[in-house]
Amino acid sequence: MLFRYRGSEGMLAWAFHRISGVAIWAFILLHVLDIWLANVNPPVYNDLLSLYGSPIGRLLETALGAAVLYHALNGVRIVVMDFWPSTTRYHKQLWYANWVVFVVIGIPFVLQIMAPAFGLAAPFSFGG
Amino acid sequence: MQIELRILRFDPEKDQKPHEQTYTVEAGPMDRVLDLLHKVKYEQDGTLTFRRSCAHGVCGSDAMLINGRNRLACKIRVDQLKARRITVAPLPGLPVMKDLVVDMEAFFAKFRSVQPYLQADSLDPDRERLQSQAERAVFDDTTKCILCAACTTSCPSFWAQPSYVGPAAIVNAHRFIFDSRDDHADDRLTILADRDGVWRCRTIFNCTDACPRGIHITQAILEVSSRIVEHQA
Repeated sequence: MLFRYRGSEGMLAWAFHRISGVAIWAFILLHVLDIWLANVNPPVYNDLLSLYGSPIGRLLETALGAAVLYHALNGVRIVVMDFWPSTTRYHKQLWYANWVVFVVIGIPFVLQIMAPAFGLAAPFSFGG
Repeated sequence: MQIELRILRFDPEKDQKPHEQTYTVEAGPMDRVLDLLHKVKYEQDGTLTFRRSCAHGVCGSDAMLINGRNRLACKIRVDQLKARRITVAPLPGLPVMKDLVVDMEAFFAKFRSVQPYLQADSLDPDRERLQSQAERAVFDDTTKCILCAACTTSCPSFWAQPSYVGPAAIVNAHRFIFDSRDDHADDRLTILADRDGVWRCRTIFNCTDACPRGIHITQAILEVSSRIVEHQA
Protein backbone atom coordinates (compact mmCIF):
# COMPACT_ATOMS: atom_id res chain seq x y z
CA MET A 1 0.00 0.00 0.00
CA LEU A 2 2.91 2.30 0.75
CA PHE A 3 3.81 2.50 -2.94
CA ARG A 4 0.23 2.44 -4.27
CA TYR A 5 -1.22 5.24 -2.15
CA ARG A 6 -0.98 8.61 -3.90
CA GLY A 7 -0.08 10.91 -1.04
CA SER A 8 0.79 14.54 -1.65
CA GLU A 9 3.69 16.72 -0.48
CA GLY A 10 3.32 15.61 3.15
CA MET A 11 3.80 11.95 2.27
CA LEU A 12 6.75 12.76 -0.01
CA ALA A 13 8.36 14.87 2.73
CA TRP A 14 7.99 11.96 5.16
CA ALA A 15 9.29 9.37 2.64
CA PHE A 16 12.38 11.48 1.83
CA HIS A 17 12.93 12.04 5.55
CA ARG A 18 12.93 8.27 6.16
CA ILE A 19 15.14 7.49 3.15
CA SER A 20 17.65 10.21 4.05
CA GLY A 21 17.62 9.03 7.68
CA VAL A 22 18.47 5.45 6.65
CA ALA A 23 21.18 6.76 4.28
CA ILE A 24 22.77 8.80 7.09
CA TRP A 25 22.61 5.79 9.40
CA ALA A 26 24.33 3.64 6.74
CA PHE A 27 27.06 6.27 6.36
CA ILE A 28 27.64 6.36 10.12
CA LEU A 29 28.19 2.59 10.05
CA LEU A 30 30.69 3.05 7.21
CA HIS A 31 32.34 5.89 9.10
CA VAL A 32 32.76 3.76 12.23
CA LEU A 33 34.32 1.08 10.04
CA ASP A 34 36.81 3.39 8.31
CA ILE A 35 37.85 5.11 11.55
CA TRP A 36 38.40 1.64 12.99
CA LEU A 37 40.60 0.86 9.97
CA ALA A 38 42.69 3.98 10.64
CA ASN A 39 43.74 2.38 13.89
CA VAL A 40 44.17 -1.26 12.92
CA ASN A 41 45.35 -0.98 9.29
CA PRO A 42 46.48 2.52 8.20
CA PRO A 43 47.46 1.52 4.58
CA VAL A 44 43.96 0.18 3.90
CA TYR A 45 42.53 3.31 5.50
CA ASN A 46 44.59 5.46 3.11
CA ASP A 47 43.39 3.42 0.13
CA LEU A 48 39.81 3.94 1.31
CA LEU A 49 40.37 7.69 1.59
CA SER A 50 41.64 7.81 -1.99
CA LEU A 51 38.46 5.96 -3.01
CA TYR A 52 36.44 8.66 -1.25
CA GLY A 53 38.38 11.24 -3.26
CA SER A 54 37.57 9.61 -6.62
CA PRO A 55 34.79 11.08 -8.80
CA ILE A 56 32.34 8.33 -7.74
CA GLY A 57 33.34 8.82 -4.10
CA ARG A 58 32.70 12.54 -4.45
CA LEU A 59 29.32 11.85 -6.02
CA LEU A 60 28.42 9.66 -3.03
CA GLU A 61 29.71 12.37 -0.70
CA THR A 62 27.43 14.86 -2.45
CA ALA A 63 24.50 12.46 -1.97
CA LEU A 64 25.42 12.17 1.71
CA GLY A 65 25.51 15.96 2.03
CA ALA A 66 22.10 16.18 0.34
CA ALA A 67 20.66 13.56 2.72
CA VAL A 68 22.02 15.35 5.79
CA LEU A 69 20.83 18.75 4.59
CA TYR A 70 17.33 17.52 3.66
CA HIS A 71 16.97 15.59 6.92
CA ALA A 72 18.04 18.63 8.94
CA LEU A 73 15.78 21.10 7.13
CA ASN A 74 12.73 18.82 7.20
CA GLY A 75 13.49 18.11 10.85
CA VAL A 76 13.24 21.85 11.52
CA ARG A 77 9.94 21.89 9.59
CA ILE A 78 8.58 19.10 11.81
CA VAL A 79 9.78 20.85 15.00
CA VAL A 80 8.08 24.09 13.90
CA MET A 81 4.79 22.23 13.33
CA ASP A 82 5.16 20.41 16.68
CA PHE A 83 5.57 23.66 18.59
CA TRP A 84 3.01 25.67 16.61
CA PRO A 85 0.31 23.25 15.34
CA SER A 86 -1.50 25.98 13.38
CA THR A 87 1.51 26.09 11.00
CA THR A 88 0.40 22.66 9.70
CA ARG A 89 -2.04 24.58 7.52
CA TYR A 90 1.02 25.78 5.60
CA HIS A 91 2.96 22.50 5.63
CA LYS A 92 3.25 22.44 1.85
CA GLN A 93 4.63 25.98 1.71
CA LEU A 94 7.07 25.08 4.50
CA TRP A 95 8.23 22.09 2.47
CA TYR A 96 8.78 24.18 -0.67
CA ALA A 97 10.64 26.75 1.45
CA ASN A 98 12.83 23.85 2.61
CA TRP A 99 13.74 23.09 -0.98
CA VAL A 100 14.66 26.72 -1.66
CA VAL A 101 17.01 26.73 1.34
CA PHE A 102 18.26 23.27 0.29
CA VAL A 103 19.30 24.58 -3.14
CA VAL A 104 20.79 27.83 -1.82
CA ILE A 105 22.94 26.04 0.77
CA GLY A 106 23.53 22.95 -1.37
CA ILE A 107 25.00 24.54 -4.50
CA PRO A 108 28.20 25.90 -2.85
CA PHE A 109 28.70 22.53 -1.15
CA VAL A 110 28.29 20.62 -4.42
CA LEU A 111 30.79 22.94 -6.12
CA GLN A 112 33.25 22.51 -3.27
CA ILE A 113 32.96 18.71 -3.27
CA MET A 114 32.75 18.04 -7.02
CA ALA A 115 35.13 20.66 -8.48
CA PRO A 116 38.31 18.56 -7.89
CA ALA A 117 36.71 15.63 -9.75
CA PHE A 118 36.61 17.79 -12.88
CA GLY A 119 40.09 19.24 -12.30
CA LEU A 120 38.59 22.65 -11.51
CA ALA A 121 40.14 22.93 -8.04
CA ALA A 122 42.73 21.26 -5.91
CA PRO A 123 41.38 18.76 -3.38
CA PHE A 124 41.03 20.20 0.09
CA SER A 125 44.17 19.62 2.11
CA PHE A 126 44.27 19.09 5.85
CA GLY A 127 47.88 20.30 5.88
CA GLY A 128 49.33 16.84 6.40
CA MET B 1 -17.90 9.61 -22.42
CA GLN B 2 -16.87 6.06 -21.70
CA ILE B 3 -15.18 5.39 -18.38
CA GLU B 4 -13.18 2.27 -17.63
CA LEU B 5 -13.97 1.34 -14.05
CA ARG B 6 -11.51 -1.10 -12.48
CA ILE B 7 -12.85 -2.48 -9.21
CA LEU B 8 -10.98 -4.65 -6.74
CA ARG B 9 -13.37 -7.47 -5.97
CA PHE B 10 -13.35 -10.19 -3.35
CA ASP B 11 -15.96 -12.81 -2.52
CA PRO B 12 -14.93 -14.69 0.65
CA GLU B 13 -17.01 -17.70 -0.46
CA LYS B 14 -15.22 -18.08 -3.80
CA ASP B 15 -11.95 -16.14 -3.90
CA GLN B 16 -8.62 -16.85 -2.25
CA LYS B 17 -7.50 -13.24 -2.72
CA PRO B 18 -8.91 -10.02 -4.22
CA HIS B 19 -8.84 -9.58 -8.00
CA GLU B 20 -9.48 -6.67 -10.33
CA GLN B 21 -12.57 -6.62 -12.55
CA THR B 22 -13.06 -4.06 -15.29
CA TYR B 23 -16.38 -2.52 -16.35
CA THR B 24 -17.06 0.08 -19.01
CA VAL B 25 -19.77 2.62 -18.18
CA GLU B 26 -21.19 5.65 -19.93
CA ALA B 27 -20.78 8.73 -17.72
CA GLY B 28 -20.89 12.50 -17.80
CA PRO B 29 -18.31 14.80 -16.18
CA MET B 30 -20.68 15.67 -13.33
CA ASP B 31 -21.37 12.04 -12.43
CA ARG B 32 -19.89 10.91 -9.15
CA VAL B 33 -18.00 7.67 -8.68
CA LEU B 34 -20.98 6.46 -6.65
CA ASP B 35 -23.17 6.96 -9.74
CA LEU B 36 -20.77 4.79 -11.73
CA LEU B 37 -20.86 2.07 -9.07
CA HIS B 38 -24.67 2.22 -9.14
CA LYS B 39 -24.64 1.85 -12.94
CA VAL B 40 -22.48 -1.25 -12.65
CA LYS B 41 -24.61 -2.73 -9.89
CA TYR B 42 -27.99 -1.95 -11.48
CA GLU B 43 -27.16 -2.59 -15.14
CA GLN B 44 -24.18 -4.95 -15.36
CA ASP B 45 -23.37 -6.92 -12.23
CA GLY B 46 -25.77 -7.10 -9.30
CA THR B 47 -23.24 -8.98 -7.18
CA LEU B 48 -21.04 -5.89 -6.74
CA THR B 49 -21.13 -5.00 -3.04
CA PHE B 50 -20.46 -1.61 -1.45
CA ARG B 51 -21.82 0.55 1.35
CA ARG B 52 -23.65 3.79 0.78
CA SER B 53 -26.46 5.48 2.62
CA CYS B 54 -27.15 9.21 2.30
CA ALA B 55 -25.14 9.53 -0.95
CA HIS B 56 -24.52 13.21 -0.20
CA GLY B 57 -21.29 13.28 1.80
CA VAL B 58 -22.89 13.32 5.23
CA CYS B 59 -23.08 9.73 6.49
CA GLY B 60 -19.55 8.64 5.52
CA SER B 61 -20.57 5.13 4.44
CA ASP B 62 -18.95 5.06 1.02
CA ALA B 63 -15.33 5.93 1.79
CA MET B 64 -13.06 3.92 -0.50
CA LEU B 65 -9.72 4.04 -2.26
CA ILE B 66 -10.37 5.86 -5.55
CA ASN B 67 -7.50 6.38 -7.97
CA GLY B 68 -5.01 5.78 -5.18
CA ARG B 69 -6.54 8.10 -2.58
CA ASN B 70 -9.17 7.65 0.10
CA ARG B 71 -12.31 9.60 -0.82
CA LEU B 72 -16.08 9.44 -0.52
CA ALA B 73 -17.52 7.92 -3.71
CA CYS B 74 -20.52 10.26 -3.38
CA LYS B 75 -18.38 13.41 -3.30
CA ILE B 76 -15.78 12.84 -6.00
CA ARG B 77 -16.89 13.58 -9.55
CA VAL B 78 -15.56 12.16 -12.80
CA ASP B 79 -14.29 15.58 -13.94
CA GLN B 80 -12.35 16.03 -10.69
CA LEU B 81 -10.46 12.79 -11.29
CA LYS B 82 -9.34 13.97 -14.76
CA ALA B 83 -9.07 10.37 -16.01
CA ARG B 84 -10.99 8.01 -18.27
CA ARG B 85 -9.75 5.07 -16.20
CA ILE B 86 -10.85 4.96 -12.56
CA THR B 87 -9.67 2.40 -10.04
CA VAL B 88 -11.77 1.61 -6.98
CA ALA B 89 -10.61 -0.51 -4.03
CA PRO B 90 -11.70 -0.97 -0.41
CA LEU B 91 -10.19 1.21 2.33
CA PRO B 92 -6.61 0.06 3.01
CA GLY B 93 -5.62 -1.54 6.28
CA LEU B 94 -9.01 -2.91 7.33
CA PRO B 95 -10.18 -6.53 6.74
CA VAL B 96 -12.23 -6.85 3.55
CA MET B 97 -15.60 -8.54 4.07
CA LYS B 98 -16.76 -8.45 0.45
CA ASP B 99 -15.76 -6.32 -2.56
CA LEU B 100 -15.64 -2.72 -1.26
CA VAL B 101 -17.05 -3.46 2.19
CA VAL B 102 -14.53 -3.53 5.04
CA ASP B 103 -14.95 -4.61 8.67
CA MET B 104 -15.10 -1.33 10.60
CA GLU B 105 -15.38 -2.87 14.08
CA ALA B 106 -11.71 -2.32 15.04
CA PHE B 107 -12.02 1.28 13.84
CA PHE B 108 -15.12 1.93 15.97
CA ALA B 109 -13.53 0.19 18.99
CA LYS B 110 -10.69 2.75 18.83
CA PHE B 111 -13.24 5.55 18.50
CA ARG B 112 -15.02 4.32 21.64
CA SER B 113 -11.72 3.95 23.52
CA VAL B 114 -11.22 7.74 23.71
CA GLN B 115 -14.56 8.34 25.46
CA PRO B 116 -16.09 10.46 22.68
CA TYR B 117 -18.96 11.89 24.71
CA LEU B 118 -19.49 14.79 27.11
CA GLN B 119 -18.55 14.06 30.73
CA ALA B 120 -19.50 16.99 32.93
CA ASP B 121 -19.21 16.49 36.69
CA SER B 122 -21.27 19.52 37.65
CA LEU B 123 -24.96 19.11 38.45
CA ASP B 124 -27.26 19.20 35.46
CA PRO B 125 -28.11 22.84 34.79
CA ASP B 126 -31.70 24.07 34.49
CA ARG B 127 -31.02 25.15 30.94
CA GLU B 128 -28.09 24.56 28.55
CA ARG B 129 -24.43 24.55 29.63
CA LEU B 130 -23.23 27.97 28.55
CA GLN B 131 -20.22 28.36 26.29
CA SER B 132 -18.81 31.48 24.63
CA GLN B 133 -18.24 31.66 20.88
CA ALA B 134 -14.48 31.80 21.50
CA GLU B 135 -14.60 28.64 23.65
CA ARG B 136 -16.59 26.84 20.98
CA ALA B 137 -14.28 27.98 18.18
CA VAL B 138 -11.36 26.08 19.77
CA PHE B 139 -12.82 22.71 18.79
CA ASP B 140 -15.25 23.69 16.02
CA ASP B 141 -13.18 22.00 13.31
CA THR B 142 -13.19 18.59 14.98
CA THR B 143 -16.97 18.54 15.44
CA LYS B 144 -17.31 17.90 11.70
CA CYS B 145 -16.07 14.28 11.73
CA ILE B 146 -18.46 11.76 10.11
CA LEU B 147 -16.44 8.64 11.04
CA CYS B 148 -15.92 7.55 7.44
CA ALA B 149 -12.44 6.15 8.32
CA ALA B 150 -10.84 7.76 5.25
CA CYS B 151 -8.22 9.41 7.50
CA THR B 152 -7.22 6.47 9.68
CA THR B 153 -6.95 4.08 6.72
CA SER B 154 -4.81 6.53 4.72
CA CYS B 155 -2.18 6.70 7.48
CA PRO B 156 1.10 4.78 6.90
CA SER B 157 1.61 4.63 10.68
CA PHE B 158 -1.72 2.77 10.92
CA TRP B 159 -0.78 0.42 8.06
CA ALA B 160 2.48 -0.40 9.82
CA GLN B 161 0.99 -0.64 13.31
CA PRO B 162 -2.74 -1.49 13.30
CA SER B 163 -2.87 -1.00 17.08
CA TYR B 164 -2.32 2.78 16.54
CA VAL B 165 -5.47 4.53 17.76
CA GLY B 166 -5.53 6.51 14.50
CA PRO B 167 -6.42 10.03 13.37
CA ALA B 168 -10.23 9.66 13.60
CA ALA B 169 -10.18 8.65 17.27
CA ILE B 170 -7.78 11.49 18.10
CA VAL B 171 -9.99 13.99 16.25
CA ASN B 172 -12.99 12.85 18.29
CA ALA B 173 -10.98 13.01 21.51
CA HIS B 174 -9.87 16.55 20.55
CA ARG B 175 -13.52 17.54 20.18
CA PHE B 176 -14.10 16.85 23.92
CA ILE B 177 -10.61 17.56 25.35
CA PHE B 178 -10.94 21.17 24.23
CA ASP B 179 -14.63 21.52 25.13
CA SER B 180 -14.92 23.95 28.07
CA ARG B 181 -18.02 22.10 29.34
CA ASP B 182 -16.22 18.77 29.72
CA ASP B 183 -14.42 17.77 32.94
CA HIS B 184 -12.61 14.60 31.85
CA ALA B 185 -10.00 15.83 29.39
CA ASP B 186 -7.26 14.40 31.63
CA ASP B 187 -8.67 10.87 31.24
CA ARG B 188 -8.53 11.13 27.47
CA LEU B 189 -5.04 12.66 27.54
CA THR B 190 -3.87 9.69 29.62
CA ILE B 191 -5.38 7.29 27.09
CA LEU B 192 -3.76 9.10 24.16
CA ALA B 193 -0.34 9.36 25.86
CA ASP B 194 -0.07 5.58 25.38
CA ARG B 195 2.55 4.19 22.96
CA ASP B 196 -0.28 3.53 20.49
CA GLY B 197 -1.66 7.03 21.00
CA VAL B 198 -0.73 10.37 19.46
CA TRP B 199 3.03 9.68 19.35
CA ARG B 200 2.67 7.37 16.37
CA CYS B 201 1.74 10.38 14.19
CA ARG B 202 4.59 11.17 11.77
CA THR B 203 3.01 14.35 10.32
CA ILE B 204 2.51 12.69 6.94
CA PHE B 205 -0.74 14.62 6.24
CA ASN B 206 -2.46 11.80 4.31
CA CYS B 207 -5.28 12.05 6.88
CA THR B 208 -5.74 15.78 6.33
CA ASP B 209 -5.71 15.30 2.54
CA ALA B 210 -8.20 12.41 2.72
CA CYS B 211 -10.75 14.03 5.05
CA PRO B 212 -13.93 14.68 3.03
CA ARG B 213 -14.98 17.26 5.64
CA GLY B 214 -11.81 19.31 5.33
CA ILE B 215 -10.84 18.86 8.99
CA HIS B 216 -7.26 19.95 9.76
CA ILE B 217 -6.55 16.58 11.33
CA THR B 218 -2.77 16.83 11.73
CA GLN B 219 -3.23 20.16 13.50
CA ALA B 220 -5.73 18.55 15.88
CA ILE B 221 -3.34 15.65 16.60
CA LEU B 222 -0.47 18.05 17.34
CA GLU B 223 -2.72 20.17 19.58
CA VAL B 224 -3.56 17.05 21.58
CA SER B 225 0.17 16.15 21.72
CA SER B 226 0.98 19.62 23.07
CA ARG B 227 -1.80 19.34 25.65
CA ILE B 228 -0.39 15.96 26.79
CA VAL B 229 3.06 17.51 27.26
CA GLU B 230 1.51 20.39 29.28
CA HIS B 231 -0.59 17.88 31.24
CA GLN B 232 2.46 15.78 32.15
CA ALA B 233 4.67 18.78 33.00
